[in-house]
Amino acid sequence: MARSDNLPPARLTRTVLLRLLAVQALVLAPHLPRLPLWAAGLVAVILLWRTAAALRGWPLLPGWMRVLLTIGAFAGIYASFGRVSGQTAGVALITVMAALKLTELNSRRDLMVMVFLSYFLLVTHFLFSQELWTAAYLMLSATLITALLIDANHAGGVLPARVVTVMAGGMVLRALPLMALIFVLFPRIPGPIWGLPADAGAARSGLSDSMAPGEIAELVGSDAIAFRVRFDGAVPPPGERYWRGPTFLRFDGRSWDGGSRAGLVDAPAAELRGIGYRYELTLEPTRTPWLFALDLPARLGLPEGAVINADHQLVLARGEVRERRRYRLQSHPDYRLQPALPAPLRALATALPKAANPRAQALARQWRVEATSDAAIVERALRMFREQPFHYTLSPPMLGRDPVDGFLFETRRGFCEHYASSFAVLMRAAGIPARVVTGYQGGERNTIGDYWIVRQSDAHAWTEVWLADRGWLRIDPTAAVAPARVERGIGSALDDAELPDFLNPALRNGYRFDLRARWDWLNARWNHWVLGYGPELQSEFLRRFGIDEWREMILALTGLLTVLLAGFGLLLIRRSTPRPVDDAPSRAWRRLQRRLARAGLPQAVHEGPADYAARVASARPDLAATIADAARRYIAVRYLDADSDGDLKALRAAIARVRP
Amino acid sequence: MSPSAPMPRWWRPRSSPASPCPDHRPPVIRALRRRLHDWIATRTPRVPGPWPIHRRRVYIVPTRYGYGYGLLLFTMLLGAMNYSNSMAFALTFLLAGIGLLAMHDTHGNLVNLSIAAKAVAPAFAGDPVRFPIRIVNGSAHPRYAISLHWQDEAAPMQVDIAAVDEAAVELVRLSERRGWLPASRFAVSTEFPLGLFHAWTWVELDIAALVYPQPAPPGASIPPGGHGDGQRSGDQPGPEEFVGLRGHQPGDALRSIDWKGLARQPPQSAQPQVKQFAEPRAGALWLDWRTLPPGWSPERRLAQLTRWVLDADAEGRRYGLRLPRTIREPGCGEAHRHACLAALALF
Repeated sequence: MARSDNLPPARLTRTVLLRLLAVQALVLAPHLPRLPLWAAGLVAVILLWRTAAALRGWPLLPGWMRVLLTIGAFAGIYASFGRVSGQTAGVALITVMAALKLTELNSRRDLMVMVFLSYFLLVTHFLFSQELWTAAYLMLSATLITALLIDANHAGGVLPARVVTVMAGGMVLRALPLMALIFVLFPRIPGPIWGLPADAGAARSGLSDSMAPGEIAELVGSDAIAFRVRFDGAVPPPGERYWRGPTFLRFDGRSWDGGSRAGLVDAPAAELRGIGYRYELTLEPTRTPWLFALDLPARLGLPEGAVINADHQLVLARGEVRERRRYRLQSHPDYRLQPALPAPLRALATALPKAANPRAQALARQWRVEATSDAAIVERALRMFREQPFHYTLSPPMLGRDPVDGFLFETRRGFCEHYASSFAVLMRAAGIPARVVTGYQGGERNTIGDYWIVRQSDAHAWTEVWLADRGWLRIDPTAAVAPARVERGIGSALDDAELPDFLNPALRNGYRFDLRARWDWLNARWNHWVLGYGPELQSEFLRRFGIDEWREMILALTGLLTVLLAGFGLLLIRRSTPRPVDDAPSRAWRRLQRRLARAGLPQAVHEGPADYAARVASARPDLAATIADAARRYIAVRYLDADSDGDLKALRAAIARVRP
Repeated sequence: MSPSAPMPRWWRPRSSPASPCPDHRPPVIRALRRRLHDWIATRTPRVPGPWPIHRRRVYIVPTRYGYGYGLLLFTMLLGAMNYSNSMAFALTFLLAGIGLLAMHDTHGNLVNLSIAAKAVAPAFAGDPVRFPIRIVNGSAHPRYAISLHWQDEAAPMQVDIAAVDEAAVELVRLSERRGWLPASRFAVSTEFPLGLFHAWTWVELDIAALVYPQPAPPGASIPPGGHGDGQRSGDQPGPEEFVGLRGHQPGDALRSIDWKGLARQPPQSAQPQVKQFAEPRAGALWLDWRTLPPGWSPERRLAQLTRWVLDADAEGRRYGLRLPRTIREPGCGEAHRHACLAALALF
């Protein structure tokens, strides 16, 4: 029998307390990097101190100190975020408060509160990250928190960690089919119920709404995914894979931005020719309104909420891309954009700060005098990039007050934004309307899933010049310097020493590359089927099973849940059913029963061994002596604690002697 | 359970086991509860045991933590819907699944246990009576945190029962009067594993404890024994041996009044008592109903006789007991003592 445990009821044992602290560490840890430094420090210190206090038996903090800490934490969160609600500040507050709760934690009731709080902290984590690995984290955390809940409900002494963990793990595993069922069938409703806090969703990432030298080069170090594309049929050749993003019109001598477009809000005329490419693009959240599209998207069949702006960029009419977004488009690489340039736009597209970059402006003016046409000037500039010792590099030298002059005439080492910026300046100085377009160029094919991945490292900047009759024409000066950049991707265009590992062509073979492709494919499936499982995908998916609307979903959900739960219930009932006694004496006795049953004398259900033996003896006097001996021995071995091996052997021998 | 048996794994929280919870509920609720109890009574026969807990007799309701858990899940669901967050949906649904399974687990933790009684040791009135109950787990899976408690009392103890094993738990009730004290209905309950649901069943085992009369305070010494032939002995007082006290009657010698005893009594209700003496006799000691003063109530006589039985037993003497319709021939030892005390208890 179990040992005696006479614990005080309300107090937690040290073992359970330490288990709680471990679970808290697991649940709080992923939140720490998102907290202000002081809050992360406070949480870590409280966890460590409480652990030490539990181990060493230190006294807990006095009440007034806890009150002070709580007020201080509130004030601190307000000071750090300017508020105590909203996604980031709210979660920070809950995190710190959960840690502070540990300072007063001492009773079983507190443990229940902490368990519920832990479940809640776990769910807040998914507001920030829902990647594939979080599924494993969810399972692990749910198991350990549930194990703690089991601990909290076993008052009579601490169960071994293995026992509670196995028990909780079993519950989580059995709950998985239920989870899957509810996940698929619970009717999803579109959109937020009460609106999202301003800071909900992913952090801002990717391209920015201005461009200064060195900014795009920073993105190259990131292998984060910008978007994935699946083409229906034909895939454009590398030289046509320009994914159009924000366009910059205003130049201040150093950096480019959108500038003001007063009066120029309508989408420009665009003439699309030839056969288009049809594709489905899954965009990672950027917290910008930009929806990237292959140059140049057709205006028909735009995704919901999207419009084409004055730069012929696809953007959201309202709001930002805060969640992963999937849309279908058709693009035509052969186009004529805005053949008629409005005068105000021409003025904006040729404006230059007079004083900045005088040498570049002088050079362009000289070209203007010498050239016969705009096209010749464009060709002249590209020839300069091709023929002079320009170098394509991620780490260009620092540039001075006139960065374009410095780049063109002195350093001649630059990344795409240097080339795009200086080319546009040269064109404007020569009187040709020019603008900088940023976006992505290229993409990597995932052979496992047959789709294309465009990463932040594919960020690129190029230019558009406006030529009469041609309209805006894409000119990529980087291609003149480093054709490999456009044809084979950035990994082929840069020196190995400059490349991050993931771009190094030497490392793009073999099993690691293959694993990486598989992993990305898995992530893409995850994004599509799990994270993207909203109202549309749900109705599309369930329609295959003949489930068309939410009432049928509820009906199917209820029915299937009932069946599953009834199954589990039956299993549990069977598990709880007492086992028939199956020890050595019973087995021996059953042998005797079978033998006598064959002789027409089965033991009745209500009959004990003594009565049975008496009945057999009277029916078969020849067996009287042996059956009496066997029954006596059986009763002694089975019921009278005479269970030594010798007695058992004697019983077997006695039973063998009964020969009907 | 013999005194040398190991203590079961049990635990007493909150209140002392014997104190019933005061019912502060509104009258309507109380009336409903009464009706519920009547209904329970029809479903819970008084059985000698062993009593297997059939699944149809296991009741289950959410605890307040269960409701709290439901509220938590609802909040999480609203959050998941608002943020269209798939992982939040997944966690919410996983926890919902765990909650639903916990209901089955809690139910299954109780079902098919078997409840049986063990021999109940007698007690003296006013002392707690302990009803030892066996909980037998015949299944191949251990049961955890099973509570046993009287109906309408908080669960005072929890016990774990290993696979194919049993545990013994004592239900304690304060005895008030002598005679048979039947065990009333009790609950076998559990909230394991998650504390979200409370599953219980009612059991009424047909067992009773024999409650001896509460012994009179020690002091009055045993009267000299009478003859086995039923001859009255108390009416032959002599100066030799103190046998007890009786009420003062006119004509009693002043020196035979128990002055010390009188001084101990409260002044308002002081009754002078007269010390009685008898000659010592050889052989068995007779504890006789009739030696006691005629003014004493039956209960007071029984209390005094109980005291004398205990004293005589403690002194290791042979003694007999003579009650108006019952005679216990002189003897000694545990069984004799029990026979005498039982006669007094059931008088």
